[in-house]
Amino acid sequence: MPRPTPEIPNASMADIAFLLLVFFLVTTTVANIKGLSVGLPPPPEAQQMEDIKIPERNLFKIQVNSFDNLLVEGEPWTGTNDQLTEEIKKFILNNGADPTSSDSPQDAIVSYKTDRGTSHRKFIEILDAIQKAYYDIYAERVGVTNEKWREIASDPEKYKDLYDRGRGKLPDGKLEIPMNLSIAEPTQVGQ
Amino acid sequence: MSKFKKKANVEQKIPTSSMPDVVFMLLFFFMVTTQMRDTSIMVQQRIPQATQLRSLQRKTLVKYLYIGEPRKIEEWGKEPKIQANDVFIQPKEVIQWVNQEKSTLDESERDQITVALKVDNETKRGIIADVETELRKANARKLLYSTNLKSGEF
Repeated sequence: MPRPTPEIPNASMADIAFLLLVFFLVTTTVANIKGLSVGLPPPPEAQQMEDIKIPERNLFKIQVNSFDNLLVEGEPWTGTNDQLTEEIKKFILNNGADPTSSDSPQDAIVSYKTDRGTSHRKFIEILDAIQKAYYDIYAERVGVTNEKWREIASDPEKYKDLYDRGRGKLPDGKLEIPMNLSIAEPTQVGQ
Repeated sequence: MSKFKKKANVEQKIPTSSMPDVVFMLLFFFMVTTQMRDTSIMVQQRIPQATQLRSLQRKTLVKYLYIGEPRKIEEWGKEPKIQANDVFIQPKEVIQWVNQEKSTLDESERDQITVALKVDNETKRGIIADVETELRKANARKLLYSTNLKSGEF
């Protein structure tokens, strides 16, 4: 007489698997390594202490005080962040046309100064607007969208040609349109 | 009329025998992609929003600093604090922390370390600027301000 083959009941397997699935669904946190990327200048003592005079026309000054109020080129700013981005773009791509604006994209410097009492939210908001101006310019030069450009910039090795063309890499290694963003040490008024 | 009243005489059953397989597939997917948080964050984290986000390719090179008001105000006070791994550190200790984190990386990759600052919205610039100064001294000059994508854009 053949013995009945032992069988494990598998009707509840789906339930068990569901239970585990729900557990992992709940505990999963999608790793979010996204944000605004900036490079810091070299350490303070390594910099030469010579005073380099930068002509006023080549500086685009943005200041934020401890009440999160904005001063652009010495005037209180009432426009939107998109308008600010447009102003910065105009300033970078002036190429000497307007005598009060920059000589060339290479000389143009966006100076961003905050106060110790400025909130991080405002800081990010304005930094976002400044970086948008540069990314828009780069993206337009290679004929891609801003979004695509940021993808390119996140992986420069893969898209080396486009990346160099967008920023206008010259034979001597310098860039035609470098992102000259100077984030100054904050002032001491607030906090 | 009768056209619509007619009911099909076939049995309507969805085969469920493959359900465990489907569920197991999902289960394995989540098991593999899940990363357990290795630190519990002890500061407020209302991450600011921005549009010009960039992502990083090499996730192993990213080290986190959390800055914000402590969650347990009665224990730590209201002043914003810097959290590295599982402890609060002073701005001066950032250099030490960077060197410690660098030593966990491969020798050839140590200069590529990227510090991600996860900073609460309401934190003032002062403490962040102090951290940045220390990072410059520690020669960890690649910085990422962690932000979320602004909703309603794109």
